[in-house]
Amino acid sequence: MPERLISPISFHQFLNEEKLMGSKCKKCGKLYAPPRPICLDCRGNEMEWAPLKGRGKLVTFACIHVGPPWMIEQGYDREHPYCSGVVELEEGVKIDARLEGVNASKPETIKLGMPLTVQFLHRGEGEKMQTFLAFKPA
Amino acid sequence: MKKQRKLGRGVAIVGAAMSKFGVFKEKDSRDLLVEAYTEMLSSVDKGIDPNDIEAMWVGNFSNDFYVHQGHWGPIVADLLGHTPKPITRTEGACASSALAFRDAIFSIASGFYDIVVAGGFEEMSKVTTEQATEGLALALDRPFEGIVGFTFPGVFGAYANAYFAKYGANHEHLMNVTIKSHNNAPLNPKAQFQVSIRDIMNSRIERAKQKGEPIPTWKDEKDFLRDPKVNPPVAWPMRLFDCCPISDGASFVLLVAEELAKNFTDKPIHIIGIGQGSGRPLHTASSLTSFEANINADKEAYEMAGITAKDVQFAEVHDCFSIAEIIHTEDLGFFKPGEAYKAVAEGATRRDGPMPINTSGGLKCKGHPVGATGTAQMYEIFKQLRGEAGKRQIPNKNLRIGATQNLGGTGGTCTFCIFERR
Repeated sequence: MPERLISPISFHQFLNEEKLMGSKCKKCGKLYAPPRPICLDCRGNEMEWAPLKGRGKLVTFACIHVGPPWMIEQGYDREHPYCSGVVELEEGVKIDARLEGVNASKPETIKLGMPLTVQFLHRGEGEKMQTFLAFKPA
Repeated sequence: MKKQRKLGRGVAIVGAAMSKFGVFKEKDSRDLLVEAYTEMLSSVDKGIDPNDIEAMWVGNFSNDFYVHQGHWGPIVADLLGHTPKPITRTEGACASSALAFRDAIFSIASGFYDIVVAGGFEEMSKVTTEQATEGLALALDRPFEGIVGFTFPGVFGAYANAYFAKYGANHEHLMNVTIKSHNNAPLNPKAQFQVSIRDIMNSRIERAKQKGEPIPTWKDEKDFLRDPKVNPPVAWPMRLFDCCPISDGASFVLLVAEELAKNFTDKPIHIIGIGQGSGRPLHTASSLTSFEANINADKEAYEMAGITAKDVQFAEVHDCFSIAEIIHTEDLGFFKPGEAYKAVAEGATRRDGPMPINTSGGLKCKGHPVGATGTAQMYEIFKQLRGEAGKRQIPNKNLRIGATQNLGGTGGTCTFCIFERR
């Protein structure tokens, strides 16, 4: 595994490479996603990267009609909502993600607990490419 | 570890004021600060010489973003004539002025100052709704929560869905919060929206008649709130009427050492409990039906006051979204977890109910200029405890103990303060 600083920047670099990564405390083995530099359990600060399988279930969500600029740029607006949610991964940790493959205009069709699988949304090209973490129905 | 938290010496509020809250195209932050400050000075029963004010703390979240002006401490000092005395700006998102209030209290409790001012302000209406949403979203955890599209209404929508699933509540229950707040609002001359839901329905019907358009046939308030034309989703299940508005405003309280209070008024309001806590973003929150920061804030404040939730007679809580009011009143111990939505449905939180919540109309109707909200909540408690709340005075209660709960961000900062009239 490459030696990268345990940080949000590295987490997003991994997403660009289609890898969903958490961090694991070298001292007590506790797993974190998103990655943390300091272990909340034992306060150890030696962490290693831990790959995550990218499977989980939906904990909660919202269908958002007024989004931030980077969502508006992607074509979402009041008439075209998108869905953001919290996903509990098989490894037992939770992560925030976009929800793809669901109908954000029909929230009643989106069910808590539904099984999900990871999807990497690449936007932009070259140096400007940014990857958004998403999950879709498994 | 400390067994019981207490102040080094007592602190009392002897003056309080807020500007009118609303959308003011012709007024800026400075105008609103002057409006609130002037009223605060004149609210002191026996008068105050402004030269006796030794220091000030002012909360402001995001005027840097909204009006491109930062470093507000010395600007406020100069504006109000307090230069070269110290004025410090505090930032805790929507709890910014509650943090100003705490620091002001500590400055008196430590013995350093005797007479200080705490307040806050925000000017949000000069930008578009999308920009205002972006400004508020600065308080999200950007690399993880924000980047995947969460907004403030989005996060509270996520809390609402988690609450619905856990306790069997639904959006109809949230409407009770909105209707209640709108029933209080016409009684508050400082509120942004001084109209009940029924008033809004009647004016829409009247407008339709005048324009010769089809007359809406809403059966009642809930039927109106079900209509997506008038109450569209913002971040489902949060709809327009679940969300507080974009507002401008300012508020101040005057704090003095308890032993000096009688020089200013015969009706000081004593601060008997203060608490603050921190929370976490959605993905790492300890619960999605409670705010971790509230729990720590309550514990500190109740322990300091030596009272329990049962002793609190009424409160202003941070209803930035309807679901937030439900969760806060459970976190604060006014209702058991999973019970608040039923209590609201039964009218428990109405002005004439057993536990009045947000007699001011709440953030929903009073308005929410975020930096001003914390001390504006205290203004309502000050007025109610002194029996000066006019038409919205809580009836048939000998009010002695009230409380304020202020939330910043999506639960990252919560404060809880308990006040007593002796």
